[in-house]
Amino acid sequence: MNDVFAFWGEWFPTLVAGFELSLEVTVVCLLFGLPLGLLLALGVQSKSRAQRWTSLTLVEIGRGTPVLILLQFAYFGLPSAGLTLSSFTAAGFALAWCTGAYTSEIIRAGLEAVPFGQREAAIAIGLDQRDVLRYVILPQGLRVAVPALLGFAILMLQATSLCFTIALPEVVSQAYIVGSNTFRYMPIFLLTAMMFAAVCIPATICVSVLERRLGRHEAVP
Amino acid sequence: MNLVTDLQAILVGIPLTIVLTLIAFAIGATLGLPLCAMRMSRNVFVRFLATALILVLRAIPPIVWLFIIFFGIGFGYLQLDPFSSAAIGLGLITAANMAEIYRGALSAIHAGQWEAANALSLSPRHRFIDVVGPQLMRISLPSAATYVIGLLKDSAVASAIGVHEIAFQAYHVSQETFRGLDVYAAAGLLYILISLPIAWLARWTDLRLRARVAR
Repeated sequence: MNDVFAFWGEWFPTLVAGFELSLEVTVVCLLFGLPLGLLLALGVQSKSRAQRWTSLTLVEIGRGTPVLILLQFAYFGLPSAGLTLSSFTAAGFALAWCTGAYTSEIIRAGLEAVPFGQREAAIAIGLDQRDVLRYVILPQGLRVAVPALLGFAILMLQATSLCFTIALPEVVSQAYIVGSNTFRYMPIFLLTAMMFAAVCIPATICVSVLERRLGRHEAVP
Repeated sequence: MNLVTDLQAILVGIPLTIVLTLIAFAIGATLGLPLCAMRMSRNVFVRFLATALILVLRAIPPIVWLFIIFFGIGFGYLQLDPFSSAAIGLGLITAANMAEIYRGALSAIHAGQWEAANALSLSPRHRFIDVVGPQLMRISLPSAATYVIGLLKDSAVASAIGVHEIAFQAYHVSQETFRGLDVYAAAGLLYILISLPIAWLARWTDLRLRARVAR
């Protein structure tokens, strides 16, 4: 047992460096993905047919294909069209697309939860379309969407583990390299698993507490 | 012509993707029941154990589970082939998620159903088989179908440990031909095409079951 602890102590810094990269990829994909999700949510409801269809296609492809295929499409596929991305950029691109597609549904559900009377009242007091959205619908709709969005962010941190397949040196890649050099796969993957658990379990519990708290103030329809 | 041969090579992966998804779901849907029962147990210790198990299973990414099972357990303990490792790993994660789906469905069953079953003095076994069970299956069907479609996409992870399913074939064809763009577009489309009939089947079954118990 002491042997395992010594082994963990030796490789912990390597895995932490990998985990930092996983977190960076998560932040980048949320930074680009969440605004994309809002755009797509508005695009799907747009009156213009072209906008509606473009948004719908992007959402359906992003949700319908496995993240792994999106990642490999960006990393192995795009170079054959003359666009070579680094593994970090490819990961950011693919995961942001996936984030945009899934969060657009979450945000849309949030916006639809705003009672219709709110929109009517906003128009009645003379706000234009943009201000209706900006001051009335979005603040209320996004508030409803927050717990689901946070839950999705946790899933995206887990999804960054798939970047292993496009040679991004994140935590799973690091663990795999250590494993194949030392032939001690079990302890190193257990350490990786514990690192994910140490971040994701408290985060999941926080999100469900938040969900209950926000739900308490919800108006009964 | 090239595109046709590429596509044929990817199509070879379809059976394994589907079989892997079905087996993992079968494992998960079965193990999910006792896990859900433990999660709702009156015994604090059992309930805590089940809650912890569900949290851990869901907090660790599928690819890490597969590596633990395939490389970790496989290297020196119990040698498993890639397909079994993937089926076991995805099956365990599915069990945790199905337990939560069952729990949601249980809370949607009216308390009067239990009271009525008790009033008829049905044994706990019959209360489950004849009264609660069928309703549980019906109510959890839509969420379970959504989960199966998610699982179908998660099964692509198995390519990382060398199961020859769609994503694995796509990777190899793209490495051989350097036409990654077409190959991955085709593979992605294939996953969407496979999930369509699952969604239709689930909606059709749900409508039929609903019509039977129309209130």
